[in-house]
Amino acid sequence: MIVAERKPIEEIIGFVQNCKKILIVGCNECVTVCYAGGKKEVGILASALTMAFMKEGKELEIKEVTLERQCDPEYLEELRGFIDEYEAVISLACGAGVQFLAEKYLETPVFPGVNTLFMGVTEERGVWSERCQGCGQCILGQTAGICPISRCAKRLLNGPCGGSTKGKCEINPELDCAWQLIIERLKKLERLDDYETLIPIKDWSTERAGGPRKLVREDLQQ
Amino acid sequence: MEAFQKGADGVYVAGCLEGECHYLTGNLRAKKRVEYTKKLLDEIGVGGERLEMYNIAASDGPRFAEVAREMHEKIKALGPSPIREALHKKKAA
Repeated sequence: MIVAERKPIEEIIGFVQNCKKILIVGCNECVTVCYAGGKKEVGILASALTMAFMKEGKELEIKEVTLERQCDPEYLEELRGFIDEYEAVISLACGAGVQFLAEKYLETPVFPGVNTLFMGVTEERGVWSERCQGCGQCILGQTAGICPISRCAKRLLNGPCGGSTKGKCEINPELDCAWQLIIERLKKLERLDDYETLIPIKDWSTERAGGPRKLVREDLQQ
Repeated sequence: MEAFQKGADGVYVAGCLEGECHYLTGNLRAKKRVEYTKKLLDEIGVGGERLEMYNIAASDGPRFAEVAREMHEKIKALGPSPIREALHKKKAA
């Protein structure tokens, strides 16, 4: 999932401080799962903003809406009938959702209510960590299912580096060395011989180095 | 949050004693959520000290009364919440 966290209230207030009527739009997908931008968080933000404005002697009318997804046009269409009635929108979706909403409704200012952090997993309740950087050429098959692109600070393809100490990374003693994890897992899988096969230089053009990416599936296009 | 929005000067959440909750860890989770909400109340200037979590056994009436008095005194000392004042001003206008 895409992991995000709510922006500081002060920053959000700054976006809409001169508004009298705003729309807060949540998203039912990833940001709901990581408690950043689902229906509940929309309600909490609306309540917090209402009180912050009341305290300043100002009034703010807020409509709360939570869409199934903000990264698909059909769900964004649900806002068509009433979005023009509002001076601004705070979207609690990830960066993709905020942008797509803004693209579809050019007349209304759209502001982000969350900071989008990474693609990751729920390690335990309340703890999320990064697992994928969307490099476009997955090498998990060679690395025992552990990604050195997202989990090694240096993104080494043939690690570990000299900074790996007792299984931990030199940048943070709390952080597991991804290559240590890879070697241990290869051992368990009795595939340690694979470690001797060098992973060739990666073509980074499918990652961000090649500019913004796009996927077209002609078989699905209408 | 809703109670504060309606002008409550203080709110306390009464959970079971730690380790004795019917919902096992429900009271511990509630405690953490109360902490989160206190920070949020600080951020918007209402004041996190207006919200507290207490652990009281369901059968312990005297302790409940004691907590109620304690919270009452605390709220009295803090004075009305800025939201209550804003609501009063709005009503008077």
